[in-house]
Amino acid sequence: MNSILGINSIRFFVLLLVQVIICSNINFLGYINPYVYIIFIFLFPIRENRMILLISSFLLGMLIDMFLDSGGVNAAASVVLAYTRPILLKTSFGMLYEHQSIKFSNTEIGSLITYITFGTLIHHLVLFSLEIFNISSILLILKKTLFSSIFTIILSILIIILFSRNKK
Amino acid sequence: MQQIINFVIRNKTFLLFLFLFSVALALTIQSHSYHRSKFINSANGITGGLYSLSNSIDKYFNLQKENEILSEENKQLRETLFNLKSSANNSSIDTSYSDKIYKVFTADVYKNSYSLTNNYLTINKGKNDSIKQDFGVITSKGIIGIVDNLSGNYATVLSILSKKSRINAKLNTSNHIGSLTWDGDSPKIVQLIDVSKFAPVKVGDTIVTGGQSAIFPKGIGIGSVDSFETDISGDTYTIQVKLFNDMSSIGTVYILENRDRKEIIDLENNSDE
Repeated sequence: MNSILGINSIRFFVLLLVQVIICSNINFLGYINPYVYIIFIFLFPIRENRMILLISSFLLGMLIDMFLDSGGVNAAASVVLAYTRPILLKTSFGMLYEHQSIKFSNTEIGSLITYITFGTLIHHLVLFSLEIFNISSILLILKKTLFSSIFTIILSILIIILFSRNKK
Repeated sequence: MQQIINFVIRNKTFLLFLFLFSVALALTIQSHSYHRSKFINSANGITGGLYSLSNSIDKYFNLQKENEILSEENKQLRETLFNLKSSANNSSIDTSYSDKIYKVFTADVYKNSYSLTNNYLTINKGKNDSIKQDFGVITSKGIIGIVDNLSGNYATVLSILSKKSRINAKLNTSNHIGSLTWDGDSPKIVQLIDVSKFAPVKVGDTIVTGGQSAIFPKGIGIGSVDSFETDISGDTYTIQVKLFNDMSSIGTVYILENRDRKEIIDLENNSDE
């Protein structure tokens, strides 16, 4: 229990720092940035209370917003992702989720990719819709969502695979 | 009563989600109106401290470039100084400009964003350095934005790359004015709207600040005309302005205080009544 708490708090702060100092300054092709902090929400232990997940993802999003001066955009997107997580888990892992026995370090890579892809798309769609906040620039929203998602998905999967292999 | 409590307990996750989401949404909506993002911004001790740490490392990689900009600016200043001397010798000094209207501060940029819809910079001067809201921020090449939120030692600057920002600007060659806005697309191009269709616009013309807002003095460079077209109503031009500043690489900025600002605003308020 204690080690779970420790690992998750370390992950919280490391991802916050990485996001704010490195990932938000990449600006690939002028506007594409990965949002890797959502790995925290993806990897949050499944058996823990959902209320804690909601509150901690809200806090993480709010801190990111504070650094990036973006109002409450990241907080809103993270909370949506945290709330929809069980549905995503169910669709991508199926039976494993029913038995509450998912270990992210040794799941099939296919289901992991599905899980991360859908989660990232939901998060980024909410994020950019709120950030641009104008239904008439829907094309801009979709463009930003698509390109940033590709970047985030690749980076997230790489990070998850790299760090889970080390621990084994 | 029992049923209500049961309902709350059964749906506690959903209710918490709803609550947190509406808080975030409220903050988002608030941040979309100018000067309202009071609570969540990067002008505070924690974020400022972290950005100052990362900036102190980052700075070394740009020293060469900063030096070039400084020497270029030195050259320009020297030129104006020598020209001024020679003209001062020939004519009597204009007494109306003997008091300096604008006071200049320098600051380092700790954080700069240019890929969002509303972009902010964080700089290392704040209330303790007598910086106030609505001071103008420029570099040697042109304007950057307007001071928005302040803490003791840090301030956020609303960049011209923002849908909220509207800055008074004019053509260098004539006095036709317009407002500078941004469509959120490219960080190199901003839009000058509401320019009268009688204005003599040519591609390559310089756009400068109009000096009607008491934030920026008249004649600070903004950019050059990239292309222009009449807008839907046909009465005004919308001009695409290519910025002089590279907004993605800003190291040191100047903050301008207009000492007559209060007087001008008071006067304008009085005449409105």
